[in-house]
Amino acid sequence: MSNALIRVENVSFAHNGRSIFDNISLTIEQGKITAIMGPSGTGKTTLLRLLTGQLKPSSGHIYFDEQCINTLSQKELYKTRRKMGMLFQNGALFTHLTVYENVAFSLREHTQLSESMIRDVVLLKLEAVGLRGARGLYPHELSGGMARRVALARAIALDPMLILYDEPFTGQDPILMGILVKLIKELNDALELTSIIVSHDVPETASIADYLYVLAGGQVVGAGAPSRLVADNNPHVKQFMHGLPDGVVPFHFPAGDFMADLLSSEGEQY
Amino acid sequence: MITFVQKVGRLGLSICTELGRASFFLSKSVWRKPRTGKKLHLLAHALFNSGVLSLPIIIVSALFIGMVVGLQGFNILNKFAVTSALGSMVALSVVRELGPVVTALLFAGRAGSALTAEIGLMKATEQLDAMEMMGVDPLGRIMLPRLLGGFISLPLLTIIFCAVAIYGGNLIGVQWLGVDAGAFWNNMQSSVDFRLDVMNGIIKSAVFGVVITWMAVYQGASAVPTAEGISHATTRTVVYSSLIVLGLDFVLTAMMMGGW
Repeated sequence: MSNALIRVENVSFAHNGRSIFDNISLTIEQGKITAIMGPSGTGKTTLLRLLTGQLKPSSGHIYFDEQCINTLSQKELYKTRRKMGMLFQNGALFTHLTVYENVAFSLREHTQLSESMIRDVVLLKLEAVGLRGARGLYPHELSGGMARRVALARAIALDPMLILYDEPFTGQDPILMGILVKLIKELNDALELTSIIVSHDVPETASIADYLYVLAGGQVVGAGAPSRLVADNNPHVKQFMHGLPDGVVPFHFPAGDFMADLLSSEGEQY
Repeated sequence: MITFVQKVGRLGLSICTELGRASFFLSKSVWRKPRTGKKLHLLAHALFNSGVLSLPIIIVSALFIGMVVGLQGFNILNKFAVTSALGSMVALSVVRELGPVVTALLFAGRAGSALTAEIGLMKATEQLDAMEMMGVDPLGRIMLPRLLGGFISLPLLTIIFCAVAIYGGNLIGVQWLGVDAGAFWNNMQSSVDFRLDVMNGIIKSAVFGVVITWMAVYQGASAVPTAEGISHATTRTVVYSSLIVLGLDFVLTAMMMGGW
């Protein structure tokens, strides 16, 4: 891949003594939608947090727009993050602010725009996600799908270079799933963004992603266009892409002999 | 025996670690370049939440405590036929001890627990992460105004508590039990020293304000982001704050009486 916006070089990361990533490398191309996929617990969200500097790798380097994220000071990191937008899994809207104020938040914090300019920008962003009419509502008055769309409007308020989506499709009904898929694709193309989607919803993600990475066991086990990965014979990639219930990721959590367990007379407490 | 020593050692280490973390958190939150009037509305909001919303419980408690002190004081002083000293007794006990301590305990229960729960929930719902992702430091945007709001609110609430409690004592002593109003107020005025009594009481409440708010905000920020974690953090805020207030009150009183 060329024209990379993000380069992850030989990154390892461990948490509480448990290795999450072991020497992984990947690149995110500018202007494209890249998906990071993999079974639950493989560290997809952790990778997002590494990319945004919320976590520091144990070794290796992560470059965003040719800046090494993991060596930036906190001040520089906050400045760099203004070029990024992130959609959290549950929206993470500020519950004490209205929809309008949520979207206006970063504009008020980082720009000197007049109130009328802020109003125009907020209405434009809310119109883009179809929720201009909901601007006076509080987050607790929104459905889960609406909250995610507001969070999306907030994430693009400062016209970032990069937008990161953490499990955007989880728990959505088919209509909202369709809306989100369409929005992600349209916003990426219209605003010339670079998008990273972390998800385990294969059909929806594969339908809009230009490039996929599949993670398993702390490694990148598959990378390529969605059509290529569907036909991939790597057992990890095959099991994940086709949703096979048993395979290299076993159905059973490791345990001793079943019969011996049943016949054991020892009392146990958990 | 060795196990016991190990346990005590481990407890000591964990207390020191937690204290170090909390101190680092406080210094990172407070020692920062002051921002201009743009952020004053955040402080006003924090003052409203910590101070104004605590007013009803403070005023009602102060009135009843003042009335009880007036009633008990009258009964004791009446035995020695010195009910004219009731004003001094009510004022000194309220200004020196009851005012700062009871206000601090009520503040820990009302405002402290609310601060911990609010910040803990913001953490659990990733609002603090979202703020960081927008390039906004939560320590400056969320923690600092709340800390300052608490620091400022408690001494002011204590002054209001003392005024209302003295009025409660007057209500019982003068209006109900017939103590001479002139003697009540005159004795109070002559026996209460502004620096030794009033200022020391305010200094105590300022110290309590810092400790309670620091504890509440830190417990919220370091809470385990689950329902149970937030519940435990809120409980810790109230229990630890109350114990620290009572312990510190003794230390401060001893220092003040010793002429420090």
